[in-house]
Amino acid sequence: MTDAVLSPPAAGQADRNAAIAARLKRRRAQERRFRWYGRAAILVALSFLAILLGRIGLQGYSTFVDYRITVPVYVDPARVDRADITGANYDQLIAEAVLARLGERDDEFGRTSGKLRELLSNDLGFQVLDIVRADPAKIGQTVSVTGPVGADAGLYFKGQIDRAAPESDRKLDDQQLAWLDRLKADGLISSGFNTSFFTKSDSTEPEQAGVLGAVVGSFLMLIVTAGLAVPIGMLAAVYLEEFAPKNRWTDLIEVNINNLAAVPSIVYGLLGLAVFINWLAVPRSSPLVGGLVLALMSLPTVIIATRAALKAVPPSIREAALAVGASRTQTVFHHVLPLAMPGVMTGAILSLAHALGETAPLLMIGMVSFVPGVPGGFTESATVLPVQIFIWENASERAFHERTAAAILVLLVFMILMNLAAILLRRRFERRW
Amino acid sequence: MSPLDFLFGTTWDPQIAIRADQVAAKGAFGAVPLFAGTFLIMLIAMSVAAPVGLFSAIYLSEYASGWTRAVVKPLLEVLAGVPTVVYGFFAALTVGPLFRGFFNAVGAELVGGPLDGLGLYLMQVQNQMALVAGAVMGIMLIPFVSSLSDDILNAVPQSLRDGSLAMGATRSETVKKVVLPAALPGIMGALLLAVSRAVGETMIVTMAAGLQAKTTLNPLDTVTTVTVQIVTLLTGDQEFDSPKTLSAFGLGLALFAITLALNVVALRIVQKYREQYD
Repeated sequence: MTDAVLSPPAAGQADRNAAIAARLKRRRAQERRFRWYGRAAILVALSFLAILLGRIGLQGYSTFVDYRITVPVYVDPARVDRADITGANYDQLIAEAVLARLGERDDEFGRTSGKLRELLSNDLGFQVLDIVRADPAKIGQTVSVTGPVGADAGLYFKGQIDRAAPESDRKLDDQQLAWLDRLKADGLISSGFNTSFFTKSDSTEPEQAGVLGAVVGSFLMLIVTAGLAVPIGMLAAVYLEEFAPKNRWTDLIEVNINNLAAVPSIVYGLLGLAVFINWLAVPRSSPLVGGLVLALMSLPTVIIATRAALKAVPPSIREAALAVGASRTQTVFHHVLPLAMPGVMTGAILSLAHALGETAPLLMIGMVSFVPGVPGGFTESATVLPVQIFIWENASERAFHERTAAAILVLLVFMILMNLAAILLRRRFERRW
Repeated sequence: MSPLDFLFGTTWDPQIAIRADQVAAKGAFGAVPLFAGTFLIMLIAMSVAAPVGLFSAIYLSEYASGWTRAVVKPLLEVLAGVPTVVYGFFAALTVGPLFRGFFNAVGAELVGGPLDGLGLYLMQVQNQMALVAGAVMGIMLIPFVSSLSDDILNAVPQSLRDGSLAMGATRSETVKKVVLPAALPGIMGALLLAVSRAVGETMIVTMAAGLQAKTTLNPLDTVTTVTVQIVTLLTGDQEFDSPKTLSAFGLGLALFAITLALNVVALRIVQKYREQYD
């Protein structure tokens, strides 16, 4: 005690300065650490995004290249019956034609040709059938067909089957791989951009499956959604914002709309199943019922976006219109709504983009069905892109996995386009009052 | 079937009855394991999304330059715009095998050592563990948490920050001692909204979580959730008033009630807080 009192003030000051310096150092270190936590968090979030998109891109890009085989086939009159053209086994004819080219002989049980047929898509057989059906004179002649190789053979050409792996772990054995190498060396195999992925619909054979049916289904469904959700949501918002009295009921409605926007989408699917399918008997798994459900789901977001856009229009516009004698309806529809339109459209497009990517409610209303064709109308069975992704993801063949990733890329392109449209719309027409 | 048995029964085992007089025709519809699974996955998701989302929001609103904000915010919005089925695909085919490979390798190392039992367990871990679905759902919720908290942090008046900085506090001290306490109710609201999203999320869990109903808190175990069961019960061809279909609607109703309650509370908190400074 006495020491402290007796010591010169300068020493105490130095102690205190040192303590402050130490504390400052600690606090600054803390500050730096805190800042790094923030940076690390953002880095983590962005790297998740990069990994997600990069991984799907890597898995999917190989789908856009496909390998095709061109085979001249002698349509043997002994094998194809003129009276029963569809009854002939064209796949076998093609396999034997390829075998002959490879200089292999089939054994009596057809095992060798069976192994070869695994390498070819049955699309080739259908092509020969179509040619012969269109022109029966082709029987006895040699026709040339070009079609995809089988799914596993495609994977091999894309380098996704490891030659070094033990034979029993591979889908294709050494002999089959040797055949494929020979066919490629002989120039029978050609590769190119995979157009059939965009011109065909779902199929049980991965090499023939495409997204056209799903894209058309998505498009039809979005038309229904947009046709219902946008006008109804817009008019509801106009009423609530411009005409409705402010009382307890409108407050209640507002709270409810906010809550509805946060209800899990699967609940809308249950609602659709109970009301539209079971009660109103709308056809199952049609774009119509899907569109109805998604319209219900997007209504709250459209209403909220429209109200925000209407709120942003300054009251002076309304007052000016009313002052020159416009009725309230004229004020709203001639002046306020046109000015709010860019905001309304931006909100509508964004909620439609969200609806495009929605899957869960559609599972409830029977959209998970195998639909091999392109839907021709609003009430026919259809599938949509996200559900197609879900179906393919569940498929066991490995070749479907790359198709799934490719379908995701197609879906993402559509969503990016819609978001881009919304951003451009906002940029182009944005007004600050 | 009484609602009490449904909500508080502890076995979930909906059976397909081939004949009406089979024992299996009864099935067991106790929803507790489903709620437990949902809760576990939600917990994992929030433990990923809450820290990452919150720290990004703090950095974006308190530290980041205008340029960083202009780049990072749209990128986070992209993450928010990715359809959930894509996250499901990512979880099932990338994260699941990755995690399983990791745990199996760790298990193989441990076998024969002092932690032999743990090693054996880790070697049997499946693709469909709660951790996979939870982690991917957490990634999905990051932008949701960060954009909501960002709005809330921005609503804290600048004068509070200025006052704290003028007293000599560093910026991190300002954030921790002044801004965060002021924004706390709003952030709680935002987190509750995220919880409600996690509970109602369907595609990720349908594709990456399992179907076995278990009441467990082990993140390496397979669990199932309310939404997964709704999907599996309703995607087959069912008669409309079979017990399975009805139980799916019961689950849907429970799900709706839970998320609605969460949303009402969360929205009320967020709004109440906003009015304070307006």
